[in-house]
Amino acid sequence: MAIEVRIPTILRPLTGGAKAVEGSGGTLDELLADLDTRHSGLRARLVDGAALRRFVNVYLNDEDVRFLDGLGTEVKDGDTITVLPAVAGGAR
Amino acid sequence: MLHISRALIDQVVAHARADHPDEACGVIAGQAGSGRPDRFVPMVNADRSPTFYRFDSMEQLAVWREMDDRDEEPVVIYHSHTATEAYPSRTDISYASEPGVHYLLVSTREPEETEIRSFRITGGEVTEEVVKITDEAE
Repeated sequence: MAIEVRIPTILRPLTGGAKAVEGSGGTLDELLADLDTRHSGLRARLVDGAALRRFVNVYLNDEDVRFLDGLGTEVKDGDTITVLPAVAGGAR
Repeated sequence: MLHISRALIDQVVAHARADHPDEACGVIAGQAGSGRPDRFVPMVNADRSPTFYRFDSMEQLAVWREMDDRDEEPVVIYHSHTATEAYPSRTDISYASEPGVHYLLVSTREPEETEIRSFRITGGEVTEEVVKITDEAE
């Protein structure tokens, strides 16, 4: 068992085209560090300093991790992480 | 070029007019790989602002999963500008992350006339494209 991470189109060049990859860790931060060892550059596209980038949404199963503990959100085998690009903009 | 039906354009314009002066936003889904917008999905503007829009993250997850289940993808992402022209702002460009998507902008600044334009936005580059509106019978 591992943690499945679903990757949006825009980031698939970093996963060799894969729609989903697997990793491990006790927190989202550890999971992203683990993924980065095999998919170099992935973490930097999701994390800026100590926080998630505002351009992406990251979900643990059915929850937006911003409403949980952000990068500190606990994860476990069998969980699914979904990454989606945030859709935003406007005249401002 | 964006091929889109009159009925879908009418729905986008009606949504933009209904939410004016706040910006309206949404998706038009289509079968994956077809490039044809087919299913109108209006989205909540989580910011409810006249100068900014943002999909609600939980609504977005539900809509993206539904598209996945139906073997669809977002073909068009639309939003309105309510006091300026229908051209991507710097904010629009900085957030645009789907090189395969048609970014459809409508301007509701004129009460009687709605400007409708479509763009590709790839790596910070904006390319306008022709919008070909087809009638149902075609």
